[in-house]
Amino acid sequence: MKARHKRLAFIAVGLIALGVATALVLDAFRSNLVFFYTPTQVANGEAPQGGRFRIGGLVEPGSLKRAANSLEVRFVVTDTAKRVEVVYSGVLPDLFKEGGGTVVQGRLAADGSFHADQVLAKHDENYMPPEAAEALKQARRVQTTVEVE
Amino acid sequence: MGLFGINWYRYAAPQAFYPLAGKMIPWFAAIAVTLGISGLYISLCIAPTDFQQGEVYRIIFVHVPAAWMSMFIYLVMAGWAGIGLALNARLSFMMAQALAPTGAMFTLLALVTGSLWGRPTWGTWWVWDARLTSELILLFLYIGFMALQSAIEDPRRADRAGAVLALVGVVNVPIIYFSVEWWNTLHQGASIGLTRAPAMAAPMLWGVLLMALAFWAYTIVVALMRVRCVIAERAREAHWLNEMREST
Repeated sequence: MKARHKRLAFIAVGLIALGVATALVLDAFRSNLVFFYTPTQVANGEAPQGGRFRIGGLVEPGSLKRAANSLEVRFVVTDTAKRVEVVYSGVLPDLFKEGGGTVVQGRLAADGSFHADQVLAKHDENYMPPEAAEALKQARRVQTTVEVE
Repeated sequence: MGLFGINWYRYAAPQAFYPLAGKMIPWFAAIAVTLGISGLYISLCIAPTDFQQGEVYRIIFVHVPAAWMSMFIYLVMAGWAGIGLALNARLSFMMAQALAPTGAMFTLLALVTGSLWGRPTWGTWWVWDARLTSELILLFLYIGFMALQSAIEDPRRADRAGAVLALVGVVNVPIIYFSVEWWNTLHQGASIGLTRAPAMAAPMLWGVLLMALAFWAYTIVVALMRVRCVIAERAREAHWLNEMREST
């Protein structure tokens, strides 16, 4: 074995060892690295009790209610299995909409509702012109009617 | 003798690579300008408006290529560092050194454009989610590499120390790339991947790809210019450089 082969092997072994160590550490951290909890996790009591945390999910269509003369809004975050009612007072981001993704940060109140101090919009990775989005929607509508029939 | 009848090993010597790099620079500069202009034209004039984000999504044409380059340059830099360590090749270390500032620049560009994009769409400049945090760590790795290299006086020791740091930092690159799949993040998943059809309209995709290629060519140009500086700096006293200077 030449000296340079030895060095190459040393680097390769070092990198593999480092990779394995990192994988193990990340796996151990897995639960602490979540940016948000889902409504199901909240219902199961997996979210931190009493502290601030984030909930992520979809804004339930038809659930958004604005107070008459303040910035207070109420809406429901759902992962289609469980739902959490959110109370927030402030300006909602542009992409926030019913049926769209959201991440809210705050605390659970005693009555089970979530008092948010920050509301973020989470959008998906799809980019397309409005006409294409409309066509997709049409296609989906046709598909569901076919399924219903 | 190797491929095309050229002895490629010859160019592992800095004094042979120095003039070759000089000859390559104008070509890649022309490619960078051509691709950059056509990429910007497609991005700003041809690509359609997005159905949910409107015009603000157009920052993707800088953000995504910059983020790709930030990760890719790191891999190339670490590759050169590894070759340098294994083969004791001076030029490899110099290439790693020449790539670092450009990598750091693209990382910063990705972070800044991402922040500018996050404010109108997500509603925040910054969140500590896995994707954003690991990209910030990448910036620190680049800065740490440059700082470590310039902190050590002896170039041979500086090269080795920097190379070890660059290699150790490689673990961060897959973490950045897969963070959106492994954990719940605010950042959305990848729109363009090797394993499936891209989740964007064709002109948008072309804009992103052309801009990425333009950034590639730009990276090659500045890396070659910088490696020439590094070679010249380290060969201050060397005979061949002065001869070359006098003959031109």
